[in-house]
Order: sequence, then structure tokens, then C-alpha cells
Amino acid sequence: MKVLLSWLRDFAPIEGEPGQIGDQLSDLGLAVEEMSMLGEGLDGIVVARVLDLRPHPDADRIQLVDVDAGDGEALQICCGAFNMSVGDLVPLATLGTVMPGGMEIARRKMRGEWSNGMLCSPTEVGLGDDAEGILLLDRGSSPGAALTEALDLGSDVLYDLEVNPNRPDAMSVAGVARDLAARQGVPFAIPEPDAAESGDPATGRVAVEILDPGLCGRFGLRVLDGVSVGTSPRWLSNRLTALGQRPINSVVDASNYVMLELGQPNHTYDLGRVAGGAFRIRRAAEGEVIETLDGVERTLTAADGVIADGDDIAIGIAGIMGAANTEIGDGTTSVALEMAWWDPISISASARRLGLRSEASARFERGCDPEVVDLAMRRFAELLAPAGATLAPDLVDARGDLPARATIRVRTGRVNAVLGTDLDRDRIAEVLRSIEFGAEPVGGDLDVDIPSFRPDGSTEIDVIEEVARVHGYGRIGRTVPRSTLTGHLTPSQVDRRTVRSTMSGLGLDEVMPVPFLAPGDLEAAGLAADGITVTNPLVAEESVMRASLRPGILKTLAYNASHRLTGLGLFEVGHVYRQPATEQPLPDEREYLAVALAGHEAGGAVAVWSALSDALAARDYSLVAESVPGLHPSRTARIDVAGIPVGHVGEIDPGVLEAYGVAERVAWLEVDLDTLLGLPHGDKPYRGLSRYPSSDIDLAFEVDEGTPADAVGRCLRESAGDLLVDLSLFDVYRGDAVGEGRRSLAFALRLQATDRTLTDAEVAELRQRCIDAVQGSLPATLRG
Amino acid sequence: MDMDLDAHLTDAAAAVADASDLDALSVVDTDLLGKKSLLATVRSQLGEMEPDRRKEVGRRVNEVRTGIERLVAQRRAELAAGARAGVLEAERLDLTEFDLGRRLGHRHVVTQTWERLEDLFVGMGYTVAEGPEIEDEWHNFGALNFPPDHPARDMYDTLYVDYGEPQSTLLRTHTSPVQIRVMEEQEPPIYSIMPGRVFRSDTADSTHMPVFHQIEGLVVDRGITFGDLAGTLEAFTTAYFGSGFTSRLRPSYFPFTEPSAEFDIRRPDGSWLELAGCGMVHPNVLASCGLDPEEWSGFAFGFGLDRLALMRHGIDDLRELFRNDHRFLEQF
Repeated sequence: MKVLLSWLRDFAPIEGEPGQIGDQLSDLGLAVEEMSMLGEGLDGIVVARVLDLRPHPDADRIQLVDVDAGDGEALQICCGAFNMSVGDLVPLATLGTVMPGGMEIARRKMRGEWSNGMLCSPTEVGLGDDAEGILLLDRGSSPGAALTEALDLGSDVLYDLEVNPNRPDAMSVAGVARDLAARQGVPFAIPEPDAAESGDPATGRVAVEILDPGLCGRFGLRVLDGVSVGTSPRWLSNRLTALGQRPINSVVDASNYVMLELGQPNHTYDLGRVAGGAFRIRRAAEGEVIETLDGVERTLTAADGVIADGDDIAIGIAGIMGAANTEIGDGTTSVALEMAWWDPISISASARRLGLRSEASARFERGCDPEVVDLAMRRFAELLAPAGATLAPDLVDARGDLPARATIRVRTGRVNAVLGTDLDRDRIAEVLRSIEFGAEPVGGDLDVDIPSFRPDGSTEIDVIEEVARVHGYGRIGRTVPRSTLTGHLTPSQVDRRTVRSTMSGLGLDEVMPVPFLAPGDLEAAGLAADGITVTNPLVAEESVMRASLRPGILKTLAYNASHRLTGLGLFEVGHVYRQPATEQPLPDEREYLAVALAGHEAGGAVAVWSALSDALAARDYSLVAESVPGLHPSRTARIDVAGIPVGHVGEIDPGVLEAYGVAERVAWLEVDLDTLLGLPHGDKPYRGLSRYPSSDIDLAFEVDEGTPADAVGRCLRESAGDLLVDLSLFDVYRGDAVGEGRRSLAFALRLQATDRTLTDAEVAELRQRCIDAVQGSLPATLRG
Repeated sequence: MDMDLDAHLTDAAAAVADASDLDALSVVDTDLLGKKSLLATVRSQLGEMEPDRRKEVGRRVNEVRTGIERLVAQRRAELAAGARAGVLEAERLDLTEFDLGRRLGHRHVVTQTWERLEDLFVGMGYTVAEGPEIEDEWHNFGALNFPPDHPARDMYDTLYVDYGEPQSTLLRTHTSPVQIRVMEEQEPPIYSIMPGRVFRSDTADSTHMPVFHQIEGLVVDRGITFGDLAGTLEAFTTAYFGSGFTSRLRPSYFPFTEPSAEFDIRRPDGSWLELAGCGMVHPNVLASCGLDPEEWSGFAFGFGLDRLALMRHGIDDLRELFRNDHRFLEQF
């Protein structure tokens, strides 16, 4: 919502510097997004008449314009706009002018042609948002006159305010002035319009019938006679322009002016074209067609509201736009002026469905003041009176369902308990009355009547917010509550930090791809195509939620490779979303760790898992060879912790890499952290350190490729028992000496007792026990 | 004989000094002190001397011998030190050859900001709560006092997912639904923050992403006031940004808080930055979680986490956080 300081002052003697007023507006919850000083920096801009228009010999996008800047001489200007004709009056920034934006106008050559100034768009002179064409001035101005004079531009301040959805009252200049006056403690009043009534009363000429009271809370009509469509007075069109409304004609301008000033949208009908002068408010018939003012035929649904005439022909879409069939024009003399209160939810739905959101629908959606109608009608008539329009007696009015307004008991104690203040009843009453809330003392408390322009207020807490807002948030003392609890992270949150620090400690970089995928991404990664889909994605690339971290990381690798960044070690911790196995309220959402080591084979990923299992003390795990779609069929193992599968380690299937455009091998680890961290881990019991010497023995076994090294290791661990303090696989040999399809696994065992030095005989016996166990339970033979 | 011994000591000193390495010194050592040395010869002749003379010469031989031994030991130490220095010199390394720029991995800059905020609030007595990113309509809107079809829902460009009834399940538009989950699951007092990932139907540009991160705060206890909210955010401002920063609250609107406010911070240069939405938990929200608003009150706040990460490092494009260019990742 834009407001002019001069316009605010029509309602209250607002004081202070522009910046200070801006701060007060922000502090009232009407955040100033932009403040502009109007009418400044326009000193060098004069009215000029277009004498000739010629193409630039050497450029398409600019033309040469000769103008008369008041001295009768032709002055050549290069101009990038083409909206003017010979004889038009336009603003010329003369040489030496410093524009409001700081640019200084100098004589310069553009593609070989001299330009002796600059013709200005409305935006360039601070009038409105139109930056496309040159501002065309009234024929009445004379060349050479200062633009500020020609346009009657005084200096003014324009505030662009951000108005929250709960403040429809602040969608009007008067509403903003009311708040500001309350803050400044100056009187506020909306002047009584000077609109004399004459002629045939409206009663009898128009009639209103509300057939759907849920749609229309109030429908008021007045009749204006002697209306001629002309141009608005300069002061009025200047104000509209400043607020971003392009002046159209006197009737449309008056309509917009009243809406901006008082917040009441309105519509005018050519009364002569309304059959029977009847206005019947009903829901549209499904499929009912109406041609709106913009010349578009629109098909309505039963959810839209319409105004129909005596022949039941729709003459407008409720709260959205009028129909072409009753549009006022040159032949119009009598006008029916509508000011209504529409159900906000209906208007919101219609505007959205029809794609017709406007200044009017924005106000109806938030909830207008149903009681401003009478005043706003008379204000409208007052604006058109100088052009000869007269207001017929009588307001023809019908009411449907309006929100009930109850008196609210506001407890002084409650106000202070919520705000942490120490306000007494009378101070609270004073604050509320300053914004036209009724406040009657009842003992130590207040009975508060909420004004009709504040549809957001219906409960005690709403009133408490108003007290805080007008009293000033900044005046409320600051305290810090003392938490009686101990702040902490949960064990899982601590573990997640351990996961991340372990990964970064291993030299891996954390990535955070968006969790959206394109259709086909999951399948290309070898995953099921049943990802959760987005109902209303903006683009297809964001239409599927990831069921795995795999696609996102592969895309990341491909992206980086395209920038010649290869050999990367990446990890991600993030949620994946899957169709649940059994029906449940929400999808199966869990947190995963994924690791990709580009340029590495599966062993690299196993090393990462092994470091992670150490960091989390998840020691009871096994790797079980498994074929998993999307992962390398013969280089992948399932990770079981305490017998429960928690993820996979290995390599990405080369076919998947090809599909994602990744040229390197990629070692891969993915772990379901929710499952893993729910299993026993983290227990780190102390094992006493032996003071006795240890003995080392090495054992090498020949096994076939189908026997996992882990199986041999487990067997050795079991047979050596507590005396085995360390076991490592220190060599794997494949070659002629062991033969095709076989390999030799060499293990080093360190044996040690906590209570004695092991004798040679004990060590020898243990060694034999290990050999017997391995050879006895596995297809393995001791290598000599 | 006395003269001979004196001269011998002088000669011996010269011979020891001349020994250029440990092997040569060993030969000299044998010559001077061995069984065939002059001293050994003289000693063997002592028995043939007069007792007085024998005593005199014997003492003198011992003196010379001790002197030579000391000289040899000194020289041996010198030569050994030299030899060791030679060996060590031969091991000389250019250590700059090994400065290969080896690096740790990097946690994502969003993670770093996330954890920094967690640590700060844990220090203020808060716990950290989390919730699902795919939410139901009730937790994201209904329980937060957004009536069905209320225009306030338009403040959020919601992405829905095809799950259950149409428009029943969505990508949470804010972390506020976690407030509801916490209040449903836990009795007050509640002092929690809720960091997490949120979604909006937005086209990516330098300040917007369809996915980003927020951190929510919720306090519910007896006697919590708007002043507590202001004070808590001021304490946070100073702790997170530094002592040169202050804060203010401005009236705003959110369906789930009332009074509602925008939380702005003031930079040391005097400029203001809008950082968060906040307010007193709306009585309807407390009631929808089964809490009596007359007994319990609370405040909530929520702000964009990514922007804090951008601010800390002077990153000018939000998209960079999600592009995962390695040249970006390794900077933090």
C-alpha cells in the first residue's frame, strides 16, 4: 500500500520529519519498504513540444526527436521511446539537470547524432511505475514551463508500506492516517463529504435483492445523475499516479480514489442498461458465461458470485469485475454506484480461479469495512460534483450475513501477563480509544467494542496485540526467562555430529543437493520408480521426492566433472522419502548417510565404513556380499549391524554411472542412520592392559574366491578366544603359486594373557587349534 | 727417562690430534696405550729400578697414561660427533616438498551454521527437536490456527505431494509444525529449538530456493511474556552476532502467534536487517495441543538459517549453497 504524506494530512495533522514518520509507520506494523521524496530534483525539467520525429540513421532502437523547449528553436534529442507524436508535450531534462537518481544530463553523441537533453518517462520524474514510454503532458501546458508547475507537483513524501493480511483497514490512506495519528497523539477525523442530494430518489429507480446472504454481507447502491465522462482534476490524477494507478477518466479515477482513500472498492453501472434497475445477488450457474469489462468471455462456476439484472442476466462478477453489458460510456447519464461487502473466502477463490486478482479483490479478501459504504458513496459523489454529477437521494441497501461483532472483556491482568508490562486499566483504555476501539471500564477490566473496520479482532488476545502495537513494542521491557531445564542434544543428534566429523576427518566434503528429482532419475539409479511425487511442481525437474541420496550425489559428481573437478570424496546426511510398506499417515521418511568416492574402488568405501563403525563404536557388524540394483553386482556388500541390515557398501554400477554421465569409478557407502543409531552402539567398555609379554603368530590360508576373508577372520577369533588381542589381514596373494580362482590370506595374530606369560606350548596349542578350526569349518588349507 | 715421558706425551698429543677418523684414532690408541706401547715398555721395566726411582717413574707413567687416555677420549668424542653430523646432513630434506596442501573434508556451510545455532541455544537451556519434512496439513496449517481456505495460507506457496487425500500431505512450508509435535509429545515446560529443511514453490534465484532451512524456537512455561521473547532474541543477537549488534521487534502477522512481530537486527553501521518472525504462541495453538492458555503461555520464533550462513561468509547467491560446486564446498 502506497500513501502520500500530503494525503495522510487530509485526516490528521501528522508531524515530524519524513524519516521519523517512516520509523513510526514501521513501528506500527506498517513496514516502510521504500520512502521516496517526490517533486525534488525536477528543477531542470521543462515542458517541450515535439516538432519532428526522424529515424536515427544508424540505430533501430532510438529515434531523433526535435523539440521546442520554449525558445522556438528545434533542439535535437535522441530518444529510446516511440510513444509520442508531433505536437505532443513531453518533459525534457535540460543539459546540466541532475536527475532524482543522480544522473547528470550532458550533451553527448549517440551513434553519431547529438542529443541535447533527455525526454523523461513517468518513472524518471517520480510519477508512477511506467518506465516504458515518455510521459505525455496535457495540451494546456506551454513549452518552457517548469514541469513541476505544469503538473502542479508540490514536494511530497511517498511511503510504500507492507500491509499484513490481518490489517485490511491499512489498505487505505485514511486507515494508515488513523494509526499514525494514534501514535502521534494528534486528532484523527475523516472529513464529512460535501455532496448535496437532488433529483429523483434512488428508491424506485433501483432495487437490491440478496439471494445468497452468505456471499454478500451488504450491497449498497446510490444513483448519480448528470454524469459525463471526462478527465479528472490535476490534483486527483497526480495522487493516483503517485500511488501507482494510471488515470483513465473522471469516473474510473473517482472509483479508484475512493478505494485508495477509504479502502472500499466500488463499481459503476450504466443505469440505463440495467434491466429493471434490479440488482440480484446470487451464485453463478455452473457454466454461466459473462463478458467482463476487459472484453474477455469468462465461464463461471457455481462457486462464483454474480450480480444479475431484472432479466437475470449477469452484469458483474461479485467483487471481481463488472460486465461489458452495463459499462458506462459516452451515452451514460445516470450511474448506479455499487459498494458491497463480499465474503472474503468466496472472493479469494474466484479471483484465484479466474486469474483476476486486483486492488479490489485484495481488499475484499482481507475483509472490508461494511459500515464505510455510506460515507464512501458520498465521497464518490463529492469527487464527481465539480463535473456536474448530482447525487440522487436515498441509499438503497440490503444486508446479508456479516461477521458478528461481540463485546470483548479484556482483563487488565491478562494484558500485563501476556506482555510483561505494568499498564493500568485507564492507560489500556486510552490506547484502544486512540484507534477508535470502544473501551468501557468494568471494575478493573474493560469491555471492548471492536470497530467495523477491524475484522481481524474478535478475541481478547487480538485486543492485547493492539495494545502492544499502539503502546509500542519497543517500550515493553526485555527479560530472559530462566529455563529450568538442562539444554542438551539427544544421543542421536550427538551421533549425527560424530558421523559428520568422521566423514570430514576422512577428507570428505559434505554436499547438500536439493531433494527433488526429475521423473526417471530414480530408475536411472537402479531404484524403484515409486518415489513420492509432488502434486504441483513448478518444473518437472522438481516433481519427484528422492527415495535415495544416490541420484543427487551422482548429479553432483557429474556437475563437478563438467568443471573438471574429479576424484572427489563427497558425503551427504539427509532425509529420503519412500512409500511405506504398510499404510501410515505420512510417507516413510528416514535419515541416510551416503558417501561417494570418485576414482576409487569398493575397498575405499569399506575403509570409510570401518572408520565410521569405530567412531560410533558399532563393532558388531558383518559385510555380506549381496547384489543390489544400481550397485556393482559383484562388488557390493550389505552391512549388518547386530544382524540387522543398515546399508550397503561397494561401488556404483557402471551402467548407472554411464546414465548419470560420471566417467570415473565411484566407491559407494549408504547407511540408514535412523536404523543404525537405533541399534546397540557407542558402548566403550575398558579392557585392562596386560603387563605380560605378547606372542605373535602368522597364519596364511589358501581359500577360494567364494570364501570371504571375514569368514576366516571370524573363525580365528572364535578359536583363539580371549587370548587374541589383535587380528589383522596383512596380505592377500593371488597368483600361480595358489592357482586360478584361489588366493592366500595371511593373518597376523597377537596373543596375550592378562595374568601370565604364555608358554611356548600354550601358543603352539592355540595355533594348532586355530588351524584346525579354519580347515575344519571352511574350504581352506594352511599354506606351508 | 723423565724427559722421554714428557716428550712422549707431547708426541702422543700430536698423534691423537692427527687421527682424522675413528679408525685412525683406534690405531693411535693401540700405539700409545697398547701392549707394545712405550708406556707398556717402561712399565715392564719398573721392576728393575730402585724403589725410589720405581715409585717416581711409576707415578709419572700413570700421569702420562691418564693424560693420553683423556686426549684419546676427547678426540673420539669429537670424531663421533663429526661422523654423526655427517650422517644427519646426508639425511637432509626439503620440507616444503611435503607441503602438498593435504586437507580435511568440510562440513557444509549450512551444517556449520546449524550446529553453531544449536550450540548457542543449548547453552541457553534449550533442547533440539526435529520433525518430518513431509508433513500433514494439520501440523503445517490447521493446528497452527490457519482455518481451512483462510487467505493467510496464501502467504506460503505450498508444494503438496500425492499421498493420501488430495492436499492432505505437503512439503512443510516452515519448521513451525515441529512446535505442534513437541507440544503434543511433551509436557511443558518446553524450551526447544527446531532446525530443519523447508520447502516453498519458488523459482530459484539469488535470494530464493524451493528448498531452504529454518530454525524455530519454542518456549512454553508458566508466566512467559512478550518481554521474555524480546529479551531472549536480544540475548541471541548479542551472542551470535557480537556486542555491536542490537535488535528490535516490529508488529507483524502470523496466524499462530499473537501478538506477532518481525525481529530485526541492527548492524554496527546502523542498518537494519529483517531476520525472523516471532510472537506469543496463539491461545488457539496451545489449545489445539491440549494446553490451557490460561495456565501456560509461550513464545515462538523462526528464521532463515541459510541467510545467516550467507551473511557470515559474504556469499551473495543462495543457489550456491545447493549447487555443491567443489570449489565452493572446500572454502568453509
